[in-house]
Amino acid sequence: MSIKKILLIGIGLLVAATVFAAGGKDQSGASTAETSAQMKQAVVNFWTWRPEDVEGYDKLIAIFESQNPGIKIVQTAHKNTEYNTILSAALSGGSGPDVFQSRAYGGLETFAQSGYMEPLETWVPELKDFSPASRRGASSIKDGKIYGVPFASQTLFVYFNQAMYTKLGLKVPQTWDQFLANLQAMKAAGIQPLANGGKDGWTLEVLLGAIAPNFYGANDFFDAVVKGQTNFKDPRFVESIRKLGELKPFMPDLFMGTSYTDMQSSFINEQAGHFIGGSFEAGYFSKQNPDLKFDFFPGPAAKAGAPNYVSTYADGNFSMNPTSANKEEVAKFLRFLAGKTTGDLFINEFKQVSSVPGVDTSRSPFIAKVLQVQQYNTPYVFLVGFRYQQPTGSVLAQAALQGMMAGKLSAEEVCQQIQEGIASYYEPFRK
Amino acid sequence: MMKTDVRKGLWISFFVLPGLLVVTLFILLPLFMSLFNSLFSWNQLLRGAFVGLENFRKIFSGYPYRERFLNALGNNAKWFLLTMLIQNTIGILFGYLLSRRLPGHGFFKRIFFIPVLFSIVAVGFLWGLYLKPTGLVNAALRLMGLGAYARAWLGQEEIATLSIIAVNIWRWVGFPSLVFLAAVDAVPADCLEAAYLDGVGEWTLFWRIVFPLIIPSVTVISVLTIIGSLNVFEQVYTMTGLDGSPNFSTDTIGTLFYRTAFGSVDSGNPEIGIGSAIGVIIYSLTFIASIVSIISTRSREVEL
Repeated sequence: MSIKKILLIGIGLLVAATVFAAGGKDQSGASTAETSAQMKQAVVNFWTWRPEDVEGYDKLIAIFESQNPGIKIVQTAHKNTEYNTILSAALSGGSGPDVFQSRAYGGLETFAQSGYMEPLETWVPELKDFSPASRRGASSIKDGKIYGVPFASQTLFVYFNQAMYTKLGLKVPQTWDQFLANLQAMKAAGIQPLANGGKDGWTLEVLLGAIAPNFYGANDFFDAVVKGQTNFKDPRFVESIRKLGELKPFMPDLFMGTSYTDMQSSFINEQAGHFIGGSFEAGYFSKQNPDLKFDFFPGPAAKAGAPNYVSTYADGNFSMNPTSANKEEVAKFLRFLAGKTTGDLFINEFKQVSSVPGVDTSRSPFIAKVLQVQQYNTPYVFLVGFRYQQPTGSVLAQAALQGMMAGKLSAEEVCQQIQEGIASYYEPFRK
Repeated sequence: MMKTDVRKGLWISFFVLPGLLVVTLFILLPLFMSLFNSLFSWNQLLRGAFVGLENFRKIFSGYPYRERFLNALGNNAKWFLLTMLIQNTIGILFGYLLSRRLPGHGFFKRIFFIPVLFSIVAVGFLWGLYLKPTGLVNAALRLMGLGAYARAWLGQEEIATLSIIAVNIWRWVGFPSLVFLAAVDAVPADCLEAAYLDGVGEWTLFWRIVFPLIIPSVTVISVLTIIGSLNVFEQVYTMTGLDGSPNFSTDTIGTLFYRTAFGSVDSGNPEIGIGSAIGVIIYSLTFIASIVSIISTRSREVEL
């Protein structure tokens, strides 16, 4: 009896729900029909890997939509670490976004050579004004075509706590010896000199990018090694790796357990005096601790008077899905993303070094200084040159550097491993 | 007669079909897809030419795949050995003690089991915090005057895997404990009484009477341990990351598979062919382990 009742009620509810749902659908159908009658609005789906920047992009989209009333941009942000997986699944399944943030270099190659990106030279004529370095991150090494509008460049250098420098009477170091002396002075004063640790391998690759170019001979070495005229067993490169080991005494206690977030929090909370990292940190630092007075200097030179080189790389691009139904509208949006409005927002909102040429940096002294130290720039060696095939230079370097920092491998062994790994596929090393 | 058989058959398929459909769609199909994918060369995300077993050959003999694969498999073996020796031994001990109805056994039964219910991601994250250089574990050691034993638990090559295994044992030991408790409780009381009347001590009682009678549970737990050890992924992913950091010392075939098939944001690109092949190998190993276990459990059942 009661079971019958329950069943009846259940069926009744089901019918009601279906009827209401259908009614709802009808209504919404009618309303979209109405709006499309009023104005034909093209919907452009836009994906990013920056959930933290959603508000900033909303501002940008609002400006674009007010200039282009016929186009509606729908933003979706995915978690950074899951972005590639979600994006490749969506694109291969035919349900990808119309326009999306794309990685640079090897990460771009994966998607471009799979046919998931539209070449943009004709769609976005502004690209020819971008710097060759930023275009390199948006181009396929296979066909040389440009598959994205570069959005930002990153630079690797040494952050320091200004208050601590003032208190200890330290001067910004120009050479390696001066840098080590400053670290020593902090240690003597009972301050943790360096925030960096080794638990997350990629932070060690960043360390290499910030410090090593001044010892391995920056662009001379990079150009030669990419062409196969020298290799990673070059004594200059070995020496640069050995120099990284000299930082060990200034790293935190048990630094092999110090993760990236530990590094950030010790610098933000003024427990450590230096942080070797990238220009992408600055926005987060000042957001987390607005009272933190920090500045940065480029990697110290081997000898006094020599230029201070910094590693730079393209952070990423905006790319177009070749199967998009609204290519014209996407192109309009991409041209907007290649323009000054976007460039200014990147600088003032995201505190990122926009790749848009000729942007105004007057309101951001930090970015003005980053652009200034970029006068001696060299490509971030493994990301720019050796991240196209497995095992990538980054995989090899990160693991081997962990071995060296833990005292398991010598600098020679690190270079040997990197060289052998890359030589397993890199043609110029196989001759 | 025939008619009712057909009716019965229709009814059975009516009830089986939805489940079968789900299994086919979400388990069998992906399985065969990865087997299929593993037989092709891949140009980035696009399937290329048929290459037969080339991807498998690379894993077993090509640089650096062979080195990475053997290293990862070695870590899985470590997981199996230590889990078997430590977790399951503690499990039997706990199960036996709980079955003795010592004071507070009801309380401890629940305490031991609670971590089993926790989300593995939460456990990994929290223990990741506790095991930091400045974390709870080192702080406790220093408080006890054992500061010399403070370590970078997850950052030192020799101990990183051991630390993760220890956390996993903490999380999972309640499960074998309960299984063994149930098994010991199922041992017929007259056997035990007879033994007590003959004046057998606790030690002999356990080894000569209880242990032989709980062998089926031991087999089940062992099989689950083998399968669990082959599928280790979340524990490593949440505590040291996809790269099997530091220097591949915590890499398992699970993390190696994920990294190879999907790529790692901070360091590498996806290789779907090789990744699929690793997936197939993981599946085969698990399959073999399950078959062997089913056969061995059956034969034990006959013995009993």
